[in-house]
Amino acid sequence: MNFLRRLGSKTVTPLLVQAGFGMWLCGRTLSLLPHVPRRLRSTLDQMHLAGVRSLHVVLFVSFFVGMIVSLQIGLELARFGQQESIGILVAITMTREMGPFVTSIILAASVASALAAELGTMKVQDELTALEVMSVDPISYLVLPRVVSLTLIAPILTLLADVVGILGGGVIATAQLHLDMDAYLINVLNSLRTTWSSIPLPRDLYSGLIKATVFGFTIAIVGCASGLRTTTGALGVGRSTRAAVRDSIILIIVLNFFLSRFLLE
Amino acid sequence: MIRLKEVSKALGDQQILDGLDLEVPKGSSFAIMGPSGVGKSVLLKHIIGLLRPDAGTVLVDGKSVPDLNANELQELRRDMGYLFQHGALINWLNVFDNLALPLREHGGLEENKIMERVQEALSLVRLESAENKLPAELSGGMQKRVGLARALVVRPRIILYDEPEAGLDPGMSISIAEMIRRLQEEQGMTSVLVTHSSECASIAADRLGIFEGGSFLVEGPPSEVLQSNHPQVRAFFGTPTP
Repeated sequence: MNFLRRLGSKTVTPLLVQAGFGMWLCGRTLSLLPHVPRRLRSTLDQMHLAGVRSLHVVLFVSFFVGMIVSLQIGLELARFGQQESIGILVAITMTREMGPFVTSIILAASVASALAAELGTMKVQDELTALEVMSVDPISYLVLPRVVSLTLIAPILTLLADVVGILGGGVIATAQLHLDMDAYLINVLNSLRTTWSSIPLPRDLYSGLIKATVFGFTIAIVGCASGLRTTTGALGVGRSTRAAVRDSIILIIVLNFFLSRFLLE
Repeated sequence: MIRLKEVSKALGDQQILDGLDLEVPKGSSFAIMGPSGVGKSVLLKHIIGLLRPDAGTVLVDGKSVPDLNANELQELRRDMGYLFQHGALINWLNVFDNLALPLREHGGLEENKIMERVQEALSLVRLESAENKLPAELSGGMQKRVGLARALVVRPRIILYDEPEAGLDPGMSISIAEMIRRLQEEQGMTSVLVTHSSECASIAADRLGIFEGGSFLVEGPPSEVLQSNHPQVRAFFGTPTP
């Protein structure tokens, strides 16, 4: 019994406390959305930091992911003489899943860790307390611009990742599967025309962008929450950084499943 | 006026404040000395509402600090300044923007007025030429002085100093103590300072308290306290008991 209690206090309790803090931060940040015009400059700075600095990695990885998808599926399709369909499959895979997923994983690894480290260092150096003492709300001043910027930048990066991934798939379609690039692109565009029954928007493209928006928001909240809960110096900053990346990736995967069900049903 | 009555606070297993009483009249200056790690900074954090006592009352200008809601606490803090042990400057803002931050956030001042106020605060700590530097480009002592300027830039009525002399050379340490005294005399600022320097306490404070074991061992004018025959006080100052 004692063992179970100790195990619970070491595992379940911190998890619930962290989840509770994350949800509180989420609600508090949303309640501060009217402050965004005041934080515009800071939000744009954060968009530059999160977006522009991650752009080359997102594009590079997406290009290769597109090529891998095209190669793996294309070779199988070729066995049945169906390789012309590769454009459809690459487009759907990239826009629905791989674009938002790859972008979010890169943002989790680079931006969530940076947010946790930055806010964690501020916490252990009393900078957050200094803001409080100066009657400056740290959530409005620090968290809001970071959350808004990542929520906006994630779908933009995802859109670019989709385009580059599809082009990567096209390179393999022409070089390996000997298809015509024009035919490949026509297939891609045709496949993306499918709309929701109730909303006249391309379903596959928009479902991916909606996912990316949710992932961006989640990554920012998790990164900031980890940073704000940092304790005990440099060791604590390292722990927060690790937790931010781990928790973001777990949440991205879990949310991806539920969003996929909800958006594509 | 700052008034603490029978304030107790435990952090973990350690009783930090134990039935502590303190009264700092408006416009006066109180220095707190004591061994490291006994909770002097914890006491300051109770006054500014960063910590809540387990028992007792903390009154600032007649308001019970632990009972204030977030907005009331923010309002109260706009009249208060706090100097942190290590400056606690926002690391990506330059010196000017660090000082301008509370003024911009509180609103109500034009940018040219903010500039005037920042330059005035920087001249008080003799750092007029550092306004474009980032905190990382400053020495520890300079960061401390910028932190002091940031505490002063809002023209607080009450100011709390956590070791204002730490990390400064002796000359600067004395001039900071003299400045604390001058601010109190000229602007009627109420101040509480935690210090390890008896010289700083003698210059800056009207009253001095030696803090240990959760409350004040002795309290009075610095000249009297420094001559106290209390054995723990003498042990603290490293002077033999007569």
